[in-house]
Amino acid sequence: MSQIGYLAQRSLTRTLRQPAVVVSSMIFPLFLLAVNASGLSAATDLPDFPTDSYLTFALGLTFMQGALFATMGAGQAIAQDIQGGFFNRLQLTPLRGPALIVGQLSGVALQGAFQAVTYLLVGIAFGADLEAGIAGALLLLALAMLVAVAFGSLGLALGLRTGNGEAVQGAFPLLFVLLFLSSGALPRDLIANDWFQAITTVNPVSYIIEAFRSLLISGWDGEALALGFGCALAVLAAGTFAATAALRTRMART
Amino acid sequence: MSALARTRFARAAWVIAWRQLHRMVIKPTTFLLPSVLMPIFFFVAFAGGLSAVGDAPNFDYPNYTTFQYVFVLMQSAVFGGVFAGFSVAADFESGFVRRMMVATQTRSAMIAGYAIAALGRAILVWVVVTVVALISGAEVSGGAGDLLSIAIIAVFLNIAALLFACGIAMRLRSLQAAPLIQLPAFLLIMTAPVYVPRDLIEGWVHTVSDVNPMTAMLEAGRELIIGDPARTLAAIAIAAGLIAVTVVWARTGLRRAEAAG
Repeated sequence: MSQIGYLAQRSLTRTLRQPAVVVSSMIFPLFLLAVNASGLSAATDLPDFPTDSYLTFALGLTFMQGALFATMGAGQAIAQDIQGGFFNRLQLTPLRGPALIVGQLSGVALQGAFQAVTYLLVGIAFGADLEAGIAGALLLLALAMLVAVAFGSLGLALGLRTGNGEAVQGAFPLLFVLLFLSSGALPRDLIANDWFQAITTVNPVSYIIEAFRSLLISGWDGEALALGFGCALAVLAAGTFAATAALRTRMART
Repeated sequence: MSALARTRFARAAWVIAWRQLHRMVIKPTTFLLPSVLMPIFFFVAFAGGLSAVGDAPNFDYPNYTTFQYVFVLMQSAVFGGVFAGFSVAADFESGFVRRMMVATQTRSAMIAGYAIAALGRAILVWVVVTVVALISGAEVSGGAGDLLSIAIIAVFLNIAALLFACGIAMRLRSLQAAPLIQLPAFLLIMTAPVYVPRDLIEGWVHTVSDVNPMTAMLEAGRELIIGDPARTLAAIAIAAGLIAVTVVWARTGLRRAEAAG
């Protein structure tokens, strides 16, 4: 536990010492939220659109975007540790692998929470709805942290596997594909192209966004929340498995 | 400029252009694939995922795939220039530009070289995007003159974006300039009528899109492709104006790079 504590403290300190990184990863999703809320407001006139506020609808996507930025942060951080030699020095200590992973992800969780609170406050300030109330806001925050940690573990796996910050950055567009090929811009049942609808249906990111959105638009929707949390946990399991395997390879190689 | 100076200018420009184009061939995954895949990905995401938006009340454009095709065409023109700016910054970091400065008498030829390469890459991207768009159901009902006008607007836009990116890259001479190159381009693109016609945009984006030069080019392109041109000359004039401004920006950037040694 003390190993996790030291690494968590280091990860949190590093996150806090890079306010530019934290702020820039918040500005981009908020800018896209502002553009989409204005640019796609006409979509709310479509029959069966679930809300008359596109801002509320688009806010779900913003939480997911924030999590993807956290992914890159986690991957970048571990890649820097490898490139800078910190990882080699860690090898000389009795550090256990899981402690490294959990410790690194603590900073990601903090960033995810900070981003989620900011997005929610900005959204509400500009007129977004929060049908699930205060308790819903807390659940939304928990989901945002879980999603950030889940995708952060993927970033960590990537960073450990490549050991190169540029390679981690290069993977960013691939993660953005998951975001754009989801139900982030329109509800799934309103997507007119069958093939696109099929892709969004198998994309786990769609269900995570829909879980966020359910708390904002419809209140407490057990099915949407179960699917969203379930998908996030599945990503976390896959990410942790990949990170552990990559860590084992890296430890053996170093 | 004398005939000899013109020859030297052309030769220096060609060296840069050939090097850039050659790198695309020998390392396509690094220097070509991202600039081809990105517009296709945007096209698929917007034309595929948002096609229901074309059914929104008062959406008066005949085909949403065509609507998004023109956007992706203009967007790839801008990002073609932006990616070339990254190459300039990277070449400064590796020392290549400095060596070229020593070897070249007319240094603005270097900018011309990067512009030729950027245009070559953009043309390839446009061909790929056009094939994908036509397969996906984009309709082109404009005549040859209309399509030529779209090409002129896109080429001008590509050159203006390249000159803007060069200006930044030559001032900062580091890849850390990348966000400063990318962000203004992104803002310019996203505050134009991307998803719906301008009349259907609400709020601050509508106000910004009214004064955004990208709007005129995007709207002209969308009119031309359906054979209903109305604001073509204005769009070409705006694109030419952007080149006039960015040429000064790039040249002063070059002077600063020369002064920095």
